[in-house]
Amino acid sequence: MVAKFDLNDDSVVLVIGTGSGGGVLANELAQKGVKVVALEAGGRYLPEDYINDEWESFGQLAWTDARTTSGDWRVAKDFPGLPAWIVKAVGGTSIHWAGASLRFQEHEWKARSTYGHVAGANLIDWPIDAAEMAPWYDKAEAKLGVTRTGDRPGLPGNNNYKVLEKGALALGLKEVHTGRMAINSIDYDDRMSCQQTGFCFQGCKWGAKWSAAYTDIPRGEATGNLEVRDRCHVLKIEHDDKGRVTGALYADKDGNQHFQKARVVCVAGNSIESPRLLLNSASAMFPDGLANSSGQVGRNYMRHVTGSVYAVFEKPVRMWRGTTMAGIVQDHARFDASRGFVGGYELETLSLGVPFMAAFLDPGGWGRGFTSAMDGYENMAGMWIVGEDMPQETNRITLSSTVKDQYGQPAPDVHFDDHPNDIAMRNHAYKLGQEIYMAAGATRSFPTPPYPSTHNLGTNRMAENPRDGVVNKHGQSHDIANLFISDGSQFTTGASENPTLTIVALAIRQAEFIAGEMGKQAL
Amino acid sequence: MTTKTLSREADCRGLTRRQLISRSFAASAGMIIGTGYLAAPDAAWAYEATALKPETMATLVRMARDIYPHDRIGDEYYVVAVKGYDTAEAAAEIEAGIAALNAAAQGAGFASYADAGWEDDRVAILRGMENSPFFQKIRGGLVTGFYNQKEVWPYFGYEGESFSKGGYIDRGFDDINWL
Repeated sequence: MVAKFDLNDDSVVLVIGTGSGGGVLANELAQKGVKVVALEAGGRYLPEDYINDEWESFGQLAWTDARTTSGDWRVAKDFPGLPAWIVKAVGGTSIHWAGASLRFQEHEWKARSTYGHVAGANLIDWPIDAAEMAPWYDKAEAKLGVTRTGDRPGLPGNNNYKVLEKGALALGLKEVHTGRMAINSIDYDDRMSCQQTGFCFQGCKWGAKWSAAYTDIPRGEATGNLEVRDRCHVLKIEHDDKGRVTGALYADKDGNQHFQKARVVCVAGNSIESPRLLLNSASAMFPDGLANSSGQVGRNYMRHVTGSVYAVFEKPVRMWRGTTMAGIVQDHARFDASRGFVGGYELETLSLGVPFMAAFLDPGGWGRGFTSAMDGYENMAGMWIVGEDMPQETNRITLSSTVKDQYGQPAPDVHFDDHPNDIAMRNHAYKLGQEIYMAAGATRSFPTPPYPSTHNLGTNRMAENPRDGVVNKHGQSHDIANLFISDGSQFTTGASENPTLTIVALAIRQAEFIAGEMGKQAL
Repeated sequence: MTTKTLSREADCRGLTRRQLISRSFAASAGMIIGTGYLAAPDAAWAYEATALKPETMATLVRMARDIYPHDRIGDEYYVVAVKGYDTAEAAAEIEAGIAALNAAAQGAGFASYADAGWEDDRVAILRGMENSPFFQKIRGGLVTGFYNQKEVWPYFGYEGESFSKGGYIDRGFDDINWL
């Protein structure tokens, strides 16, 4: 029995966004008996609705509201209106994600202490560490069914993986395997095993990949404690004269505005929308936006050091067949300053279909240099670089002074300049990636520039000291006790791992904290 | 529009190879340009321009091929990729853009863009205007207009969706045999 709560019910926890952060938090709270209203800007799409066609799927799922870009990052030139490739739907970007589920390395929780001072970087340590997070990672891995954790076997390697493995082993790299993936290698938790269909980014039509859309959301609803309102876009969080948040104003699918009262508000709209909402909620009491006494809301935007390497071989690879990202080289995820940069990076298998390859291989490219590469598509292998980028105060989400969204609210501008450390890391990874493929027999390789960001992090960061960040170690805002951040925007630093597993672990942990505080009447 | 649709149009008009050749007054890139239409020399397809002049359409197709040349893919797919510009709303901008292209070709010593016989010469003309809004509009439109045609995917070896066939778990996801 799906719950239905009154707009004036101020006993509910209001969760804004239903992805890996908000969707998991909403379910975990509901399982504990906490009443939850979740507002989701997008619609509901389940595996039977997903479309295995790249552009059609993009049209179905992508967040394409007005956004602008600035800064020297290549994305601002190639995709000025699309800084991020994330999802607007119940389940959020957990529909689109590739499934790579890696724990942070121990030292990555303590980036400032480990790396020391890095000029231009706004590095601090997380207020939590590996020991604190270990049990929450255990729960997250069990929830997601992560392969190569617990007693779950790894996925089999597809053609794209086999090429990566051959080249990496030939170079003497050691940590090469088919990844720790939230994609079932065997039936698990009422989800079937991977059928090697490809199109992981378009939503898994088998449900073999974990997504909040068809796990946490319906399970939370089944408790009778969770009401998810889809196509409800939150415009503003409001507060009382004591400075406590009271609920949120939102527009429903028909554009009608409503105000949902709440006891606690948890923001999980991804690292662009979450700070934007806090900034758009500025009031006389909080003229710089909610929870922003530090001035850090929207700052320290991180998006991982990314890039891809594709290569053409003499014979067919057919990289699109099978699990997209079940392949990883982890040797360079370690910290080793002798490479000329701090932090580390992973190399993970990746493939795009012809339509997206044409758009992303070399954006703006044309002529025979480009088309001869496309002609090699069937013989192509591909990998993605994901590494730790440096938080910089000036990399930030701000409100556009000129562009407005469909609700008349200022659109977010996403400003990003590469840090010299980011550039050094990317170049190191490009070189290694190209060497791997050459070692596997490639005749030509391509250092492909970053795509619109899928890993958006850091814009409401966690900090021990309220001067340094927006939330404390529970994701609770330093300024407003009943306002929480529940997505990747609370990341203090990005580490070198794909962020979803950590977002999920933090959400499970936060649910425990919120339920406990509510039980103690502390919230 | 698919190949079959294009072919059907040709059939409807009853165009035969002989008629096409006899009615043509100019040929470019394997196309025949007649009054108001473009067609394959063997009449496998034909396209009737409605808002653009047929020679403008032919030059646009030539330009599309020069931007994204795939020698084993026929003109019909390039026609499909640019025919969206053959509308009353778009025609003025396209005619002006192609006129500018022809003017640039004349500046380089050719009678027109299409008259430059070597691709390298045409590409040099395009490089000279690659930052223009017209060039970027045509190029950007081709990225989806050309490569997102399911009919061209087999040329690249790309198989598209596999869900309807049960994925590749029993159909070669790991069948690489030359490593």
